Amino acid sequence: MSAADWTASWLWLAVIASGLYHGINPGMGWPLAVSAGLMQRSTRALLAALGPLAIGHLLAMLLVILPFALLITLVEWQRSIRIGASLLVIAFGIYRLIDRRHPRALARIPPTQLALWSFAVAIAHGAALMLVPIYLGLCRAAGPDQGHTAATTLIDTSLTMAVLVAIVHAGAMIAAGGCLAWLVYRYLGLEFVARSWFNLDTVWAVSLVLVGAVALALGVAT
Amino acid sequence: MTMRPDPTFHASPKLAMEAPAENFAYTVLLSPDFSKPDALAVIDVKPGSPTYSKIVHTVTMPNKGDEFHHFGWNACSSALSPLAGHAFIERRYLIVPGMRSSRIYIIDTKPDPTQAKIHKIIEPEEVFRKTGYSRPHTIHCGPDGIYVSTLGGGGKNGTDGPPGVFIMDCETFEVLGRWEIDRGPQTKHYDFWWNLPRDYMVSSEWALPPQFENGIVPEDLLSNKYGHRIHFWDLRARRNVQTIDLGANHQMALEVRPAHDPVREYGFVGVVVDTTNLEGSIWTWWREGGEFHIEKTATIPPEPAPKDQLPPLLQGFGAVPPLVTDIDLSMDDRFLYVSCWATGEMRQYDVSDPRKPKLAGSVRIGGIASRTPHPNGQAFAGGPQMVEISRDGKRVYWTNSLYSTWDDQFYPHGIPGAEVMANAGPGGGLELAKDYWVGLPDGYRAHQIRLDGGDCSTDSFCYPSA
Repeated sequence: MSAADWTASWLWLAVIASGLYHGINPGMGWPLAVSAGLMQRSTRALLAALGPLAIGHLLAMLLVILPFALLITLVEWQRSIRIGASLLVIAFGIYRLIDRRHPRALARIPPTQLALWSFAVAIAHGAALMLVPIYLGLCRAAGPDQGHTAATTLIDTSLTMAVLVAIVHAGAMIAAGGCLAWLVYRYLGLEFVARSWFNLDTVWAVSLVLVGAVALALGVAT
Repeated sequence: MTMRPDPTFHASPKLAMEAPAENFAYTVLLSPDFSKPDALAVIDVKPGSPTYSKIVHTVTMPNKGDEFHHFGWNACSSALSPLAGHAFIERRYLIVPGMRSSRIYIIDTKPDPTQAKIHKIIEPEEVFRKTGYSRPHTIHCGPDGIYVSTLGGGGKNGTDGPPGVFIMDCETFEVLGRWEIDRGPQTKHYDFWWNLPRDYMVSSEWALPPQFENGIVPEDLLSNKYGHRIHFWDLRARRNVQTIDLGANHQMALEVRPAHDPVREYGFVGVVVDTTNLEGSIWTWWREGGEFHIEKTATIPPEPAPKDQLPPLLQGFGAVPPLVTDIDLSMDDRFLYVSCWATGEMRQYDVSDPRKPKLAGSVRIGGIASRTPHPNGQAFAGGPQMVEISRDGKRVYWTNSLYSTWDDQFYPHGIPGAEVMANAGPGGGLELAKDYWVGLPDGYRAHQIRLDGGDCSTDSFCYPSA
């Protein structure tokens, strides 16, 4: 494989890994699926809850990535966009480090509106933002000679890539969260809900800063 | 902020029951003549401890005339709500409102209950300014903040606008503002509680401040002007969705006790007195097909008594009404405890079939006419009032005062504060513990009790037990 292929593989791995990471985080919704299953005493209700959770997460990813997919056509600004995006992610990470208050208003979303809740949670935590540098890296790896490609083709490619990244990420997220929800529902029991809950606020904020910093270093280097 | 959820947060009522038993009971002390500052007593309830059933610490407030009544925790098992997604707070602070002053004290119970101290004081002006409500009362810890019910609206008499619920931040204790968006026909307030995953709230009605602050107003009671309606709310939309009138003769609907298991869509309300026959009653409400229903499911008759044993207020009736002033439901939703404050009886109902409560146990203590002493020989003035059940359902604690000015009308000889405990049998039955008797400092009465690690009228759950 060429260097670009290697880069692309690693970046896809990052898309999946971040999806798994989001999925096992109780803050992203798997306990809601457990609750739904238990309240209706059916595995089907548990599975049904995973749908809206996945859709909400997917839409949050798309909302954040798509603007960058369109910006990418401004070829001569590419470097600035990547640096800007990296700085944005770093800034959000630092903001989460400084402002430690949790957005409790999320608990005011009705439990019947799972997709809205999942969407709001992903946006509020900057979950989607984490994907932006990875996505931009993938676009770059996919088309090193973008300068010679027609703008419409570029948009098509970058839009397809955006949708693909969001789907793969949300798929990994709901697979991990869904497995965990099912395990808790079926085998581990409710004790696991409280026991599995670690405060990842700092880790989360630091990982945002790290992803941003790596992307920034790569962006400046090219 | 903590790294792990507080170990006293439990996902389901069943897990809460299996957790270690309580070691301390917090009880509010009030000075009925306002001559001394109110206080919070910390009582040792650990069997075998050398200071068992004794006050081991007292937090005395810097003001007088607050009149403590109900209080609650800053956070409880509701923090495990999957919607909050962030359970990293501690059950640490007791929120103690002054019902007369509208001042709210935040008491820090860490590092140890015996070192509890005042953490913050919210002055009445902040409550008035930010909510337009007054006379804060019941505290419930919600996943998004602390909910506080109030008994008064604005203005000096608290009659300038209806009372309602406001929200406080559970970490900074900042008063955030009113909860209701659309209150519908609700104009009076008392208790409230909810079913979090089913997303509804239920609230009850006692009276407006002029109807209680200077004592019960007999003319208002006999003309059925006290509260007699139950309100059902869409919790997240903050809208009143249904109001049910119990009938005007069912005066004063007080404590609202929903089943703890959120899969069960029913609960109970106690009504103090039926003005047609002096009965006290228990009502069961339930939700079916999106509609709420309620019916009277148990009644407690008045007890005849000679005139010379009655306070002036009751002499014309020649009987003592039971006055159902508090009810509490065990964590497994099996037993409902009913305080009959005037007849001096604590009743235990088996509510396994919620619409057919069955009397399963009873303890007589105090009472206007009966004046039953404690099995340890001590005189018990007043009657069973604020009741709290241990999470495991084995111990039932209660105190004897209702409310300063009302105490004087029903028990003119005074109510020296006392706290007792009864052991509950696993299949029902209730017996007073001879060795549990908390004598309170002279001049103080006791009201609500809270147990460390949560109790049966604090914690709400987001996952069912099954």
